[in-house]
Amino acid sequence: MSKLVITAIGPASSVQDGGRHGVQRYGLPPSGAMDRPALAAANALVGNPPMAAAIEIGPFGATFTARQGAVRLALTGARRNADISGHVVAFNTSMTLGDGESLTLGFARSGCFSYLAIEGGITGEPAFGSLSVNARAGLGSPYPRPLHPGDELQAKAASGATERRIDLPFSDHGPIRVVMGPQDDEFGELATALFLGSEWKISATSDRMGYRLEGPMIEHLHGHNIVSDGTVNGSIQIPGNGAPIVLMPDRGTTGGYPKIATVITADLGRLAQLPAGNSFRFTSVSMAEAQAELRRFEGWLHTLPDRLRTAEDFDLNLDALRDANVAGTAVSAVDAGTWQTPSAEASGPD
Amino acid sequence: MTATSSLPFLKPSGDSAITVEFSRGIDDAANQKVLALDRALAAAPVTGVTETVPTYRSLLVHYDPLAIDFDALGERLTALARLPVPSTSAGRRWRIPVIYGDEQGIDLDDVAKTLKTTPEDIVGRHTAGDYRVAMIGFTPGWSYLSGLDRFLHLPRRQNPRLLTPAGTISIGGVQTGIQCLAGPSGWHLLGRTAVRTYQLHREPIFLLEPGDRVTFFAVDAKTFAEQERAAERGEIVAEQMAA
Repeated sequence: MSKLVITAIGPASSVQDGGRHGVQRYGLPPSGAMDRPALAAANALVGNPPMAAAIEIGPFGATFTARQGAVRLALTGARRNADISGHVVAFNTSMTLGDGESLTLGFARSGCFSYLAIEGGITGEPAFGSLSVNARAGLGSPYPRPLHPGDELQAKAASGATERRIDLPFSDHGPIRVVMGPQDDEFGELATALFLGSEWKISATSDRMGYRLEGPMIEHLHGHNIVSDGTVNGSIQIPGNGAPIVLMPDRGTTGGYPKIATVITADLGRLAQLPAGNSFRFTSVSMAEAQAELRRFEGWLHTLPDRLRTAEDFDLNLDALRDANVAGTAVSAVDAGTWQTPSAEASGPD
Repeated sequence: MTATSSLPFLKPSGDSAITVEFSRGIDDAANQKVLALDRALAAAPVTGVTETVPTYRSLLVHYDPLAIDFDALGERLTALARLPVPSTSAGRRWRIPVIYGDEQGIDLDDVAKTLKTTPEDIVGRHTAGDYRVAMIGFTPGWSYLSGLDRFLHLPRRQNPRLLTPAGTISIGGVQTGIQCLAGPSGWHLLGRTAVRTYQLHREPIFLLEPGDRVTFFAVDAKTFAEQERAAERGEIVAEQMAA
C-alpha cells in the first residue's frame, strides 16, 4: 500500500464522488463532485468507475507527495500549472508519482475545480453509499472535513500500466440551458424575459452550497416567500433581493424562495467551473430537449474509457499541451460541454 | 392560497425531478396527501424513481429519465395521487423531552409578553399539542411539525439569528420545529431537547420519518443534563409510544 500525502492545500478542497442518494428526505443533501464530467474523466484515466471518489481541488494551489511507494494519478478539470519535480505534466493524462516525488499545482487559471483521481480510488468508510465530504453534517471519509496539509490518503501501489490521455474536444461554451419551473408562475413576463435575456456574473460569495449571481433584479409577482419545498442541483431560487442563487450539491434540501428555473444536468459541471466575475447567459429548453441531452450526456460519461489514448500519442502531443497550459485560457476548464457531439451543438438551444 | 385542488399539479424541477404540488400554502390536508403519495410510492415502487422528498405542500420525486420519462412518470404519479388518503396517520408516535425557557429557550419570556400571557401558559399549550412531522429539510434532521395551537402562531423574527443551538425547539409562523444541528434560525426559541434527530454511529441515524406523530413534555435541568449524556452515548432518549 502506498500513501498520497497532502503536503500543501488551500481551502475548498475535499474528497468527492458521485454523491449520496436517498437521504434528502431527512435533510441531508447529496454533496458530490461539482463537475461530474471532470471527475469521470479523471477516473477513466486510471481505470476507476466513473463516479469513484477523487480529490476535488478548489481554486488555490496544492502539493501531493507519494510515500511508501509509487502512486498513479490523473488530473482533469480547471487548468493550472502542474509539475512533478519541475517537469510539466499535462491535464487529461495519467501520471505515476514515484516514491518521494511531489506533484505541485498552482492556482486555477481557468475554471474553479480540478480533480485528482488515484488509481484504485480512495479508501474510506462510505456513509449512505458515499465518501463525499459534507462538513456541516460531519460526513466524508477518510476525513469528514475539507483536506488539510498533513492529511494522508491510502493508495494502491501504482500498477505500472501505460500512461493514458483522453481527448476532450473543445466546443463553444454557449449559454447555460435551463428547464423553466417549478415556480416560474411566480414571475411575470418581464421578469422571465429579464432572466433569460440578461448577462449574469458569478458572485465571489459562491460556494458548494450555491452560486450567487449578479445582474438585474428579478422581481416576484406575489412576494418572495413561498412555503418550502424540495430543491435539486441546479434549482435557481430568487430570494427577496431579486438576485438569483443556483443551488449546488451541498444545498439545503428544501427552500422557501420561488425557483424560476432549473439548470439541466448536462450543463451543471460547466456552470460550476465558471469563475467568479465571469459572464454567461441562460437559455430555456423544453423537457424533451433536456432529457435528450441528459441521455447523450450519460452515454458520453460511460464511454469515456473508449476515448483513452496511449502514452505514445501523449508524447506526440505533449508540446502542444504544454503550450496550451502556458497560454492559460486557450484550454478552458473541463472544456465545458466537451461531451457534446457535433449534432448536439448543431441542434442547439431554442 | 390554501385551497387544495382535487388533483396535484406536476411541475418539472429540471430534467430529473418532478414536483407534485398539492397546495401552494401550508395546508394540513395537502400535507396528508403528500405523505400518502410518498407511502404509496414506497409500497409500490415505480421503476426509475430514485428518491422522494415530502414537504408541506408537495412531493419532490427524483427519477432517472433514462428509465422513465416525464410524461410516463407524471401519469403514474397522478394515478397514485388519486388513491384515497387513509383517514388515520400510519406514523409512529414519539414523546420528546424539552427543557423550556431560561438560557435554553431565550425567547420564551418575549413570546409570552407578545401574546399577553405567562411563560407557563406557553409551555402548557406547546406540550398539549399533538404534532405531525410534516417534513424534514433545510439541514439534516430539521423536523417541521404541523399542529401548533393557533394561539401560538407568530411571525418569524425580523432579524434571524446566525447561530442557534443544536436541539433547539422553536416556533415560527404556524409551525413548531426540532432543530438538530446548530445553525441559523429566524424562529422563536422556546427550549431545547437532548433528542438528536440525526446522529451518526447510532441506529437509526435519522430518528424521525415524515408522517411520525410527536408530543413534547417538559423536563428540568437535571434531567436534561442526564439526557444529554445519554444521547452522547448513542441513546435515543425520545420515548416511542404504542401506535
